[in-house]
Amino acid sequence: MSEVVISARSVSKIFGSGADKVTALDAVSVDIFQNEFFTMLGPSGCGKTTLLRLIGGFEEASSGKILLEGNELNDLPPYKRPINTVFQSYALFPHLTVRQNITFGLEMQGIDRAKANHRADEMLELVRLAQYGDRVPSQLSGGQQQRIALARALAPAPKVLLLDEPLSALDLKLRKEMQVELKRLQTETGITFVFVTHDQEEALAMSDRIAVMQFGKIQQIGAPREIYDEPTDRFVADFIGDSNFLPGNLVAAANGKHALTLANQHVIELPSVRSGQKTGDVTISIRPERLGLVAENLADQTHLMGSVKSVIYFGTDTTYEIDLGNDQTVKVRTQNGTGAMDDFGRGERVGVHVPADAIRVLVD
Amino acid sequence: MKVDVSNPLWRFRGITSTAMFFFAYLYLPIVILLALSFNENKLATIWTGFTTDWYVTALSNDDMLRAAKNSIIVAVSATILATIAATFAAMGMARGRFRGEVGVSAMLVLPLLVPEIVTAIATLLFFVALGIKLGLITVIIAHTVFCIPFAYLPIRARLEGMDPALAEAANDLYANEWQAFRRVTMPLLWPGILSGAMLSFIISLDDFVISYFVGGAGATTLPIYIFGMIRIGITPEVNAVSAMMLIVSIVFVSVSFLIDRIRY
Ligand SMILES: Nc1ncnc2c1ncn2[C@@H]1O[C@H](COP(=O)(O)OP(=O)(O)OP(=O)(O)O)[C@@H](O)[C@H]1O
Ligand SMILES: [Mg+2]
Repeated sequence: MSEVVISARSVSKIFGSGADKVTALDAVSVDIFQNEFFTMLGPSGCGKTTLLRLIGGFEEASSGKILLEGNELNDLPPYKRPINTVFQSYALFPHLTVRQNITFGLEMQGIDRAKANHRADEMLELVRLAQYGDRVPSQLSGGQQQRIALARALAPAPKVLLLDEPLSALDLKLRKEMQVELKRLQTETGITFVFVTHDQEEALAMSDRIAVMQFGKIQQIGAPREIYDEPTDRFVADFIGDSNFLPGNLVAAANGKHALTLANQHVIELPSVRSGQKTGDVTISIRPERLGLVAENLADQTHLMGSVKSVIYFGTDTTYEIDLGNDQTVKVRTQNGTGAMDDFGRGERVGVHVPADAIRVLVD
Repeated sequence: MKVDVSNPLWRFRGITSTAMFFFAYLYLPIVILLALSFNENKLATIWTGFTTDWYVTALSNDDMLRAAKNSIIVAVSATILATIAATFAAMGMARGRFRGEVGVSAMLVLPLLVPEIVTAIATLLFFVALGIKLGLITVIIAHTVFCIPFAYLPIRARLEGMDPALAEAANDLYANEWQAFRRVTMPLLWPGILSGAMLSFIISLDDFVISYFVGGAGATTLPIYIFGMIRIGITPEVNAVSAMMLIVSIVFVSVSFLIDRIRY
């Protein structure tokens, strides 16, 4: 892996005191690498903005350290950090033209006007708004303001760019466009992006790595595929995409493998589990699209038997809810148009195919 | 006049005539004063013909000019001091929550509610107790105090409508606190500051009670001078001076109002 740019060392942030004390961040540690698109994902109030503001210098940590390329940042004010921010409200200066907005940071750094203007033109080119330099922000659409905010923050070529839900004010179509645009800008500039969102699809689509946060803690850090395919706990499995949760019983077998018993005595052999995995009663998660359905007469002991409780057609795919008895249901998503699967009707008995490699035993 | 039919007030019979009466009640005396300032007759209340002589007389009256000069010195000084204080107060209050915030904000505007005569006597006692000689300086100090809330309110309103992320964005883009203030906060705030300053100026220019108490000899301001003239009798010259003050007030208040409407 490449070099670490930002690292947080057990950073905590406590707002207020006494009865209305809020622990916004609870001993968070994370390393963010050079040239990385790093996303912090989590539900509202989990501390994403707080962590971002600590990195930017707008808030002071209650304890812990934040390092930039190994140097402690804690006492540096925002204007001495080579880190720029794209604010959620864009915060474009309304009394300045687009070009003046972009050159602001450069002038504050003491770069002469001609050079700064040249750089502004480059930036306008980069965000594809070359003709808009002389307008004022109020003459731009939301999407255009967004691009200018990006251009302004990128102009001083910061070591790290912080983005706090920059796309949340845009409508769906524009948001999709800007996702592509942001990814392109990150690749082209090679600047480390630290991106905050509570939209899991957005996070999966854009990030090199994702940190999933809850209650001021980072629950899991990993590449999108890792987070999606190998969630370590129930919160992550539930927050990212759809998951089935089933109780099971895990027993270590002599050959180093494990045997997982699901509620109706159905035994599956797991080739590997996480090291240090406790045995006994566990919760497992399975993605609905990893499950398959077969008609009852084709099912054997490798299938979980159940009956179809509901069928929801989504166009590209269909979601079946299967009643396994004992108050347990699983969702099964099948791709339409592949011809591999027959249609099943409500009440029909079916066998659910559970591939061993789709099973994640969760840490409780 | 365009009538908004959805406004339930328009369903009341006689609303128009009531409003007319009300406006007449407010402005008729001023209109009469203006008219009589052009009256040729020395007895201010009997109309005999049009003249602008009274304005000439007023403007060549040395005592009147001295009083006007005092008024302007006081108003300008008080305005500058009050506006600076109000700007810092508003920025401090906008900085964030703190204990006793409500109390401090109430104290800032309380002078608007305290009866002026009480403030006047209290201020006078204060100066006398401290052994400060009454004069223009004491008037300026007293005016500064009661001008602060007038300057404070429009500045505060401006700040309230300003995205706090703007100052942060300036800091983020390598501007230190002072540069952020000068390059971003100040340019966005200036309509509020100017509007507050113009209001302060007019309030100071118009003040009678406090100036009367803390002024002492040699610190006669225009309202006090006019009061002195009236004791001899209402002359067209008094009307002319009053009319000129009225014009200045109207200009300042209108400009202040227009500036306050500037939006980015
Ligand atoms: N200035 C503050 N004073 C007091 N509490 C605060 C302050 N800022 C944040 N908090 C609290 O800290 C917690 C984390 O807030 P934060 O803004 O970091 O959440 P977030 O993950 O960004 O949420 P969202 O997705 O809603 O933006 C919340 O409980 C919030 O109420
Ligand atoms: Mg947030």
